[in-house]
Amino acid sequence: MARRRQTPTVQSGSVADIAFLLLIFFLVTTIIETEEGLDRLLPRKEAQTPEVPINDRNILEISINNQNELLVDEVRIGLEDLRLTTIAFLDNGGVSKGENGHCSYCQGLRSPESSDNPQEAVISLNTGRESSYGVYIAVQNELVAAYNALRDREALKTFGESYTAMSSEYRNPQTPQERREFLRARIDQIQDLFPMKLIEANTK
Amino acid sequence: MAKFNKKKDGDLPAVSTASLPDIVFMLLFFFMTVTTMKDSSIMVENTLPNASETKKLEKKDRVLYIYVGKPTREYQKVFGSEPKIQLNDKFANVSEVGDYILQERAKKPQELQNVLTTALKVDKQANMGLISDIKQELRKVNALKVNYTTYEGDPFMNLQ
Repeated sequence: MARRRQTPTVQSGSVADIAFLLLIFFLVTTIIETEEGLDRLLPRKEAQTPEVPINDRNILEISINNQNELLVDEVRIGLEDLRLTTIAFLDNGGVSKGENGHCSYCQGLRSPESSDNPQEAVISLNTGRESSYGVYIAVQNELVAAYNALRDREALKTFGESYTAMSSEYRNPQTPQERREFLRARIDQIQDLFPMKLIEANTK
Repeated sequence: MAKFNKKKDGDLPAVSTASLPDIVFMLLFFFMTVTTMKDSSIMVENTLPNASETKKLEKKDRVLYIYVGKPTREYQKVFGSEPKIQLNDKFANVSEVGDYILQERAKKPQELQNVLTTALKVDKQANMGLISDIKQELRKVNALKVNYTTYEGDPFMNLQ
């Protein structure tokens, strides 16, 4: 009877080795993936929209040439100036008060040379075939940043909550359905104030 | 002699390794949670550009991947050093992108087929000519939602 009580202990010395084996297996077969980036919607192929004449002042022409230089309306500028240039262009609101298309929330210079209102403002992005993708992404990023800055400003003014915070909450799958619908309405309202109109012209 | 033997008792006790498994298990669980399984080995150089205004890709089952970049060194002898497109496990031409998207779309469940996003994982050294060709192909098959996958970071780093 006395002997049976002495059950031998299981050797646990090799548990560490087994765990190491598993660890190494996971280190080898898995990767830490980046799951974030810039979202874009490409234009439809079939949609042969009739050429709507756009006034020159309503287009901000950005191009990246084959030497990776950045030109805005034919003038060479640095990437660090692009965001402010874009904001100034979008936020201009050139149509004077009382006239059709007046932009009441714009805080720009209201220059008649620049865009009429954010709804009319179009950004055209031209890339040379030899230009590098890194520069293209940097430019896209600055454009998104310009829109986000303006949308944040309006959202804070209207709802007391920033546009970027609302859209990331909207995209979070854990957000409940009613909350998402509520956010969707607000996001749409802000997007209507500053709709993103980006034309990516073909490369030359 | 007995004197010498006695001294040995004063030696440092061995460090207990009993908690080693726990530490290793902790590491194991960390890696299991933060990483994802590789589904295809990447055969191209893939240093993504940096961007600060990124949005997260939330649902993995709704994403198709296209890799673009220079072939890695072991493939350079065969495929040259010009940037190439990688679809699944093989190199492809621009003209095959559309077929690939259609094929992958057909594999997905019906309700997801209209909400698919194409993630472009492009090396920052690649040139825009190839990218705009890919975009034309995507437009042809009506895969309009695109995500330029980037690292979170300072976009000015891309200029170098």
